[in-house]
Amino acid sequence: MELSVESRGNYVYRKAKSDLMMGVTVAATVVTLLPLFLILGYLIVKGAASVNWAFFTHMPAPVGEKGGGMANAIVGTLEVVAIACMIGVPLGIGAGLYLAENRGARYSSAIRFAADVMMGVPSIVVGIFIYGVVVHPMGGFSAIAGSIALAVIMIPLVTRTTEEIIVLIPHELREASLALGVPQWRTSLSVIVRSAMSGIATGVILAIARVAGETAPLLFTAFGNNFFSTSVAQPISTLTVQVYTYAISPFPDWQRQAWAGALVLTVIVLALELGVRWFTGGPAKSAH
Amino acid sequence: MLSDLGTSVAENVAVIQREQRRIRVHVRLFGDRVFNLVTIALGSTILLLLAALAVVLIVKSTPSIEKFGLSFLVTSDWDPVNDVYGALPFIYGTVVSSAIALLIAVPMSLGVALCLSEMAPDWLSRRLGFLVDLLAAIPSVVYGLWAIFVLGPWLRDHVESSLGTYLGFLPIFTGPHVSVGMLTAGVVLAIMVIPYISSVCTDVFRLVPQTQREAAFALGATRWEMVRMAVLPYGLTGVIGAIILGLGRALGETIAVAMVIGNSPQISKSLFAPAATLASVIANEFAEATSDMYVSALIELGLVLLGVGIVLNVIARLLVAAVAQRRFGEER
Repeated sequence: MELSVESRGNYVYRKAKSDLMMGVTVAATVVTLLPLFLILGYLIVKGAASVNWAFFTHMPAPVGEKGGGMANAIVGTLEVVAIACMIGVPLGIGAGLYLAENRGARYSSAIRFAADVMMGVPSIVVGIFIYGVVVHPMGGFSAIAGSIALAVIMIPLVTRTTEEIIVLIPHELREASLALGVPQWRTSLSVIVRSAMSGIATGVILAIARVAGETAPLLFTAFGNNFFSTSVAQPISTLTVQVYTYAISPFPDWQRQAWAGALVLTVIVLALELGVRWFTGGPAKSAH
Repeated sequence: MLSDLGTSVAENVAVIQREQRRIRVHVRLFGDRVFNLVTIALGSTILLLLAALAVVLIVKSTPSIEKFGLSFLVTSDWDPVNDVYGALPFIYGTVVSSAIALLIAVPMSLGVALCLSEMAPDWLSRRLGFLVDLLAAIPSVVYGLWAIFVLGPWLRDHVESSLGTYLGFLPIFTGPHVSVGMLTAGVVLAIMVIPYISSVCTDVFRLVPQTQREAAFALGATRWEMVRMAVLPYGLTGVIGAIILGLGRALGETIAVAMVIGNSPQISKSLFAPAATLASVIANEFAEATSDMYVSALIELGLVLLGVGIVLNVIARLLVAAVAQRRFGEER
């Protein structure tokens, strides 16, 4: 009997300790999510006041002048990201298709490994690389250099998600197509890629969301531009670089614009993320 | 005679049909071959890109490597005016800011991962996991902006003053309280890497077989004891992998750090003081670097970053893969 009383006291202690530790994990989750709500809250409070029609249609105002907008940066981000997609998406999907169709091959393991390593390369290093192979030979900063830098970041992301989605397509589908006498390449493109299309699109959109928020690889590739430019051979302004420049400036007007730019940027990126999850039903695993 | 003619026509038709089939097969094989060549070429671009990345950085940093040699990594003079470069302050800044980040992020991430995998019911766990993922989606320039105007001042007024008051006897908590410096950078980095570490840890803990948990409960373990007996030991390798993956992120993070670390190429004992990291100095100085040696030295910093990043990433992925492998090995 004594034993049971003792073990009962012991149990109360153990239970209390367990509840405490598990409570700590809940607290950790709450504290982790706190910055998310704080950041979104501050963006809305500080940014919404400066987001107006002029913000989307006007050019940046010189120091000391009120108003102005980020029309050039918004167009620049769209252009740079769009060109990055034209380069990165077909490359990434093609590479992913290769990996999925030759899963066992040693060469495809090497490519898969390289893609994983590429995902871990700091984006600023990609910026230096593109500076060396595009900016320097071309003799100056350009929109196309920024696009290529973002494409280099996109390619491994798109490749790996494409592969993972295609592998999930039932093998019977491929066999049925081959049995009907459809050549392999038609089977891959019209049956396999077609069936995997929504998954691949999800991966592409998540990759777009990821690169649209990149600043570091654009600093010395696309560089930035105070004027309106859509030429791929000229430096171009982007939302991220503009927010960076304004945020570290000492001028309150510019800092206000930085909050507005950050709000627009965050809304774009989160809309892409949320939109994808909404359409694919449930939280899909993102391609980190 | 007539029947002879009939057979030869039939033969001819057969020959023609056979030839047509052969040509069709050839066309098909040709299509397959082109398709295979195209996909293999696209796949190879990834290998080429990675190789080109390494080669370009090595070639471009050769002037600096030849001039300074290994002393580049261990000297602390960063003097663009006299064209003398030493990377030690940036290596120090990178290591210390990442260490602060991990010190905060690892316990928090383990807490989040355990909460999501062991505590929360499925519907809640998925929603919370989604919110944590959103934290990873916020662009780093936005983190930087928020840290400059909100987090930094808050740390200066509340955290640094209490650390200075109660732990001021430690040299790392001395000196003036400023909103930009090593500590602010470390805290921002922590917030930024938690989603990465916790999402890998959550996945790893979910791979722990249910039978292990039930066995621990059957022995009379409380929930926390079950976690310590079954979940943590089983997932240990994966957790280490996740931490290294987070470390890789923290080392390479550029913009948010460049915005709040103060960018001063010095080694100071206080965590409140401004510092600089490998990535932040590249972001700040690359576009303005004038001399060839200056550019080359900055690229060598990038090369260091690339090398460390690749090594960490490879180790981390091998560790995480080992956990999944073990799980599927057992099920077979």
